[in-house]
Amino acid sequence: MSDEKKPLLSPKAKRRVLSVLALAGFFLLWEVICLATGVSDLVLPRPSQIAAVLVSKMPLLWPHTLQTLYTTVTGFVLGVLVGILLGVIIGSSRLAYDVAYPLLVGFSSIPKVAVVPIFVVWFGAGTMPAILTSLVISIFPVVVNVATGLANTEPELEDVLKVLGASRRDVLWNVGLPRALPYLFASLKIAITLSFVGTVLSETVAANKGIGNVMMIASGNFDVPLVFAGLVILAVLGVALYAISALIEIRLTGWAQRKNDMAMA
Amino acid sequence: MTKPFIELADVTLRYGGGTLALDHTDLGIEQGDFVALVGPSGCGKSTILKLVAGLLDPSSGGVIVGGREAGAKGAGPADPHTPRVRIGLAFQNPTMLPWLTIRENVMIPLKIVQPFRSEYARKKKGEFADRAEALLEQVGLKGFGDKRPWQLSGGMLQRASLCRALVHDPQLLLLDEPFGALDQFTREELWAIMQDLWIAKRPTVLLVTHDLRESAYLANRICVMSSRPGRILEDRKVAFARPRTLEGSYAPEFATLVQELRMRIAHARTETETASPKDEALPRRVA
Repeated sequence: MSDEKKPLLSPKAKRRVLSVLALAGFFLLWEVICLATGVSDLVLPRPSQIAAVLVSKMPLLWPHTLQTLYTTVTGFVLGVLVGILLGVIIGSSRLAYDVAYPLLVGFSSIPKVAVVPIFVVWFGAGTMPAILTSLVISIFPVVVNVATGLANTEPELEDVLKVLGASRRDVLWNVGLPRALPYLFASLKIAITLSFVGTVLSETVAANKGIGNVMMIASGNFDVPLVFAGLVILAVLGVALYAISALIEIRLTGWAQRKNDMAMA
Repeated sequence: MTKPFIELADVTLRYGGGTLALDHTDLGIEQGDFVALVGPSGCGKSTILKLVAGLLDPSSGGVIVGGREAGAKGAGPADPHTPRVRIGLAFQNPTMLPWLTIRENVMIPLKIVQPFRSEYARKKKGEFADRAEALLEQVGLKGFGDKRPWQLSGGMLQRASLCRALVHDPQLLLLDEPFGALDQFTREELWAIMQDLWIAKRPTVLLVTHDLRESAYLANRICVMSSRPGRILEDRKVAFARPRTLEGSYAPEFATLVQELRMRIAHARTETETASPKDEALPRRVA
């Protein structure tokens, strides 16, 4: 290697350090403000208190964390599968688009909190309503994006394939679906965060397990630090799943992102 | 007299919006011929191409390609006696799929068209890849097979697009202004490559272009079309010896031919300006 003098940090490492510093600064500021104003931990606990609760109550919180993770991911995966299927149908047929789209918009406009009691009536309180809420809430962005991605196929390319005698399935498989992939991944990032909303919503309304349920009980007991500990766990889970989606996205649709880089350069 | 390979008989085409694109047009093309369609913009050149490709159905009249009706009817259950004609298609826009390498893009027709389709899984790494690579080499893209489309320039993509149109040995090659977006040098280089490919494989070629030198350099026959609604005004044989050269394209008789074509088209344009002042846009992508 060359003995050229390198800067202490590469630009990428510099960005990393800065973002970690910003995060640490946020919690530090929070801590300092709480200490300076002397606000009660019943209103806003300090980050150090929350951390202490997280550590001391982890044995209690851990099964609930797993439960929330399980229902969210199950609902999310099922929602994405159903969403892709509906998106392909809606995106490749004019008739399906006209018939199903209004229905879909109407259904997704219903506040999900209003749907949970129905799921509870059907399946009883607990795991099932949480999975279903996570499922229905994550379908809509997936359907819309997949359908949009399919509709964006260049007509000229479709002509080239049609002249070769390609069936609709050939066109869909070779052009439509890969073309829709970046749109799908954009929607996954939205859907995964929404999935958490759905699960926790359902857990707060009707469940005896899960982080949502823990937070519900803790706030009833005025155990505000525990409520905040629940929030932190949800945030960490959300960030982790978001990061996994983003990672898969880069691996599978790098071509789309590199292309954008080129266009911007 | 035998029937021509491609036959448009009394074809009229009216687009959905009511625009009359073709009006009682007749055109016959012999197998192995190289025919250029020239004419003022919006005259229905591309419409003829799409009719032959079977992407459009005529409002009246018939389009026969290789003994079979083109379009939706012809695409129906295959008549075992007259199999579907293998067609290659290239547009002004190369439309490469960004998630595939150049070689994979070139191999797309082999994935779709029989008899290659059933052998694709078995031969895509061996024989078919070699086949694509050989074509790429012929158009001057040796060593670019593993690159992605965004790593290549417009001219290079257009060369790859020609390869994609030719990889499945089409009997009929349809070119819609394939060199239209390229610079002069690249364009002339590709003319020579196109001529070599045609001499080597002798597919029937229908070339739509607005470049008169291009039509005179490449084609055996030039059909001049009138303004919309399109009809074929003039059908010229081009007798220059092959292989034609760029130097040859500056010879006096070549210049005379191009000049005559130009006058004919200029005439065709003024004719319609008086005939139909209303000029709606045709529903096509390239003006």
